[in-house]
Amino acid sequence: MIELSRVSKAFGPNHVLRGVDLSIPKGTSMVIIGGSGTGKSVLLKCILGLVTPDSGVITLDGQDVTKGDRDAFLARFGMLFQGAALFDSLPVWQNVAFRLLRGRLKRPKAEAREIAIEKLRRVGLTPDVADRLPAELSGGMQKRVGLARAIAAEPEIIFFDEPTTGLDPIMAGVINDLIREIVTEMGATAMTITHDMTSVRAIADNVAMLHGGVIQWTGPVSQMDASGDPYVDQFIFGRAEGPIEAVR
Amino acid sequence: MILLSPLGALGRAVLALMAAVGRVALFAFSAVSHMVRPPFYARELGVALVNIGWLSLPVVGLTAIFTGAALALQIYSGGARFNAEAVVPQIVAIGMVRELGPVLVGLMIAARVTSSIAAEIATMKVTEQIDALVTLSTNPMKYLVAPRVLAALLVVPALVGVGDVIGIFGGYAVATGSLGFNAAAYLKNTVDFLEPLDVISSLVKGCAFGGIAATMGCYFGMMSGRGAQGVGRATKGSVEAAAVLILAANFLLTGAFFSL
Repeated sequence: MIELSRVSKAFGPNHVLRGVDLSIPKGTSMVIIGGSGTGKSVLLKCILGLVTPDSGVITLDGQDVTKGDRDAFLARFGMLFQGAALFDSLPVWQNVAFRLLRGRLKRPKAEAREIAIEKLRRVGLTPDVADRLPAELSGGMQKRVGLARAIAAEPEIIFFDEPTTGLDPIMAGVINDLIREIVTEMGATAMTITHDMTSVRAIADNVAMLHGGVIQWTGPVSQMDASGDPYVDQFIFGRAEGPIEAVR
Repeated sequence: MILLSPLGALGRAVLALMAAVGRVALFAFSAVSHMVRPPFYARELGVALVNIGWLSLPVVGLTAIFTGAALALQIYSGGARFNAEAVVPQIVAIGMVRELGPVLVGLMIAARVTSSIAAEIATMKVTEQIDALVTLSTNPMKYLVAPRVLAALLVVPALVGVGDVIGIFGGYAVATGSLGFNAAAYLKNTVDFLEPLDVISSLVKGCAFGGIAATMGCYFGMMSGRGAQGVGRATKGSVEAAAVLILAANFLLTGAFFSL
């Protein structure tokens, strides 16, 4: 269970998070929605410790994430970045097996390569991709390699940052289905940030809407359409008029 | 009040400069501390040694040979004004080993390596590769910075040594080929004139300049702003800072070695 309590973060005069409270039960898929620049990525980076909150507490299974063994904490996570964030200088298989080639999860090179190829196959890529460099792949293939890397060490928790941004609708559908399948079969806790409503409906068990630096609404995805919250309604139905200013 | 405002601006500029110096010093200290604490990334160190050392050899060699050759011509024509043409071997040797070799190699490394490191790390930052490293339980200071700085500390003195030799050879080639110097006498004069301290100072300067060049590249890369503009600023800033610091360090080291 990931719990955020009164988490705040400002960058100079810009107060991005103003006291976020949120719970993500173990084994569920939470999708955070919200407009561009509302702090979704910052929230995710606060949990991972990439950004330090100004105040508030974030716990994982009751343990404050800022205390204890950081490597052990990070070993429980996998993350798919918005632009895949693959390492340009490494071939695809070494990107996927990055964690398995060094540190506490280190395996023999041949075994790590085998696992990488198996994960590539899991995300629909053939083994011949393994020795190519990331720059030789299309955007959709890079996303899938990023997904393979996120699941390579079989983490308990997986974060997806805008997993379908920049992809065509078919590839976006493929990525959404993959995420849903992988999260279900691994029993992982998932947190996805997106403003793509197709992704929300495909991936989410629960949805939280971030607006004005706080969680405006949260609930099961099945109740999202009937939330009765004017902010949620305006966002999910893509209305130009409503409480959320169209020009921000 | 009007009189005080320039003083206030000056004070703010000095404070900003001191803060920047402090940040760079802390960064350099952190890089060194990661060099001596495990885990060590041998592959990254190997790649950095090749990139900084081996692949810089052509530009270092060409710079040194042309500089040595031009130096020989200058000393010959300048020395002719007071019948001192014969000092060409000695002055080329001392000029290359003590001063031009380390400084030119340092500046070439700043142009070639500092810019490349800054652009690479800055691009990694703006494309979230640095964040990805952290989420993969890998410390960027250990994985990206420490191997590059260590490689530069190790390999730039060697490049300076090679540059010194090639520079002297450039002078030798011009002197014996077109200025009428005897080859054996030229080499004997060169070897006899150089002292161990000349060579030691050259290699120490190389080590210092290598450390400065790699540290500036890594620092500006890691502190890069967003987007293409951020990468461009980081690259430009790193080369400017490295070049100025190399020249300043050269002055201080020359003073330390030869004003005794």
